[in-house]
Amino acid sequence: MEALGNLLMGFQIALSPYNLFIATVGIVLGTIIGVLPGLGGANGVAILLPITFVMPPTSAIILLSCIYWGALFGGAITSILFNIPGEPWSVATTFDGHPMAKQGRGGEALTAAFTSSFFGAAFAIILVTFFAPLIAEFSLKFGPPEFLGIQMLTFSAFVGLGGGSVPKTLASIFIGFIMAAVGLDIISGQLRLTFGTMELMRGFNFVVAVIGLFGIGEILLTVEEGLELKGIQVKVSWRTVVGTLRELCKYWRTFIRGAIIGTWMGIKPGGATPASFMSYGLAKKLSKNPEKFGNGAIEGVIAPETAAHAAGVSALLPMITLGIPGSPTAAVMLGGLMIWGLQPGPMLFKENPEFVWGLIASMYTGNVIGVLIVLLFVPFFAAILRLPFAILFPSIVYVCAIGAFAVNNSTTDIWYMMLFGIVGYVFKKLDYPIAPMVLALVLGDMAESALRQSLIMSQGSPAIFFASPISAALVTASALLVVWPFISPHLHRKRAV
Amino acid sequence: MRKADIACGLALLLLGGLVLWESLKLKIGWGLNGPEGGFFPFWLAVGLVICSGAIVLKAFFLGSSYTDRPFVRKGGWVPVVKVAVPAFGMVALTEAIGLYPAAAIYLAVYMRWIGRHRWVTILLVSILLPVASYFLFDKWFLIPMPKGYWTVISGLY
Repeated sequence: MEALGNLLMGFQIALSPYNLFIATVGIVLGTIIGVLPGLGGANGVAILLPITFVMPPTSAIILLSCIYWGALFGGAITSILFNIPGEPWSVATTFDGHPMAKQGRGGEALTAAFTSSFFGAAFAIILVTFFAPLIAEFSLKFGPPEFLGIQMLTFSAFVGLGGGSVPKTLASIFIGFIMAAVGLDIISGQLRLTFGTMELMRGFNFVVAVIGLFGIGEILLTVEEGLELKGIQVKVSWRTVVGTLRELCKYWRTFIRGAIIGTWMGIKPGGATPASFMSYGLAKKLSKNPEKFGNGAIEGVIAPETAAHAAGVSALLPMITLGIPGSPTAAVMLGGLMIWGLQPGPMLFKENPEFVWGLIASMYTGNVIGVLIVLLFVPFFAAILRLPFAILFPSIVYVCAIGAFAVNNSTTDIWYMMLFGIVGYVFKKLDYPIAPMVLALVLGDMAESALRQSLIMSQGSPAIFFASPISAALVTASALLVVWPFISPHLHRKRAV
Repeated sequence: MRKADIACGLALLLLGGLVLWESLKLKIGWGLNGPEGGFFPFWLAVGLVICSGAIVLKAFFLGSSYTDRPFVRKGGWVPVVKVAVPAFGMVALTEAIGLYPAAAIYLAVYMRWIGRHRWVTILLVSILLPVASYFLFDKWFLIPMPKGYWTVISGLY
């Protein structure tokens, strides 16, 4: 019941006219960002991070989280109308969403997608509301070894569940941590890995890295593929919306399944994409007419969208309770928290309740505003993609440059952004996952001090990681996750025989 | 694809080696305040060297598992270079004349060269976008963008 009281306080903050305005701006910007190629949730939040420095932290996080919701909604628009998944977790939405649009049922598909996004988000938000305080309370007992254990679990989840090449995922994690170590060592005060140059003294800023890796890298990839945007015109009328909503009630099972899968998978890092595929697969398997899937089955839109949006919300749960982000976007927000002068982690609930509860309440308001705005203005958002590429691309590069510069007011950062762009391009082509690298860059300092503090506590003995049952369980679980990709093919083979 | 994989792996191997060497200089042992500064980077670099080594070896010996798909499809690098080079040009120009004028030139050049847009469109976009962002960032959000020698050249502030 305490949660309800706190939530009420949060609503008082989130429903203030200024914060409602901020939320609306965030949703509109976010949807535009989600629609544009080369801009997604993570780098949209990164680019706009500097403008939040002048806001109170609660409004700042409301703006950023609403950009995130908007980007999630925007991803559905491009998937359905243009057959271009703006984000990896919208890939599954294209399977049935685009065929529906081709059959002239675009309005239906979009309504279904937005409604499912909304439902998935709402489901996850309710869970966040009640579980976040419990998790935060529980993790107050955590010391450095436990925090390191959680971090290890986060990164080994990428290795074990990411599905990519194990050495490449690990390499990407190591590179992220190494980049985080560049510059001033917070414990010993030494300069590290600067190779005697002034430029490297400040270290690498994760915002610049995110903008380069995701923004510039993505643009280079898009132009190479020479995507032709052939969108399908659509007009969403209220009659379609109401009719679709009525039809959607039949699929309540798909909604609930998707929301549960999404919420569960989203807590783990990188969970949104597998969640959307799992939910799609399960919906197909359990459907009465699976042969319709791929040819415009409305369930094929509902399932992945519900799961992806639920996962997007629950990815914020570990961020606000433990200070461990579950996705690159959450990582950027976490970086924002530190810049605004808040200490991420379990103490946030005790020290800044108005911030945490304002954020949670704004999840409710933001998603309501979001679903209304996208339903009303779909044609407007779709029109953005009809802008000629020769105008879109340089404008996006320009906006990225502004964002990269504004973090530290340094032109060197714009150069770094371009270099990160090329690294991102090469890594994407060679299937090095980028998300774990960004997470490692953000969490690097925290992980290192947790490791060193633990070792100081134990006088250098690694046995401390097994001293408490929680950290022992976490470390063992992460070790299992790392070896999982090597074991699982054998298990499957046995089952097949 | 295989060659690119090997090249990238070797580059990472080199990076790992460099970090190893640097962290050894920082001392990796046990100091007065617990582990020394080089401790964490050292083990990270060890990890990176092992991983990149594995990537290179795998690509070298298990080359048959690769498809014939080239790293960049034929002719695919042309548009990439066409985007990357002007963008680098804009960054270089930013150092000299500031971000807004550099962006105006970059937008105009790109739109004319790649998009072959009409001059009216080019002038409108390449002037309006930087001017609008000037008012948004410099005036409203009070985040001054780099000006380079622009203030000296134009006499404007």
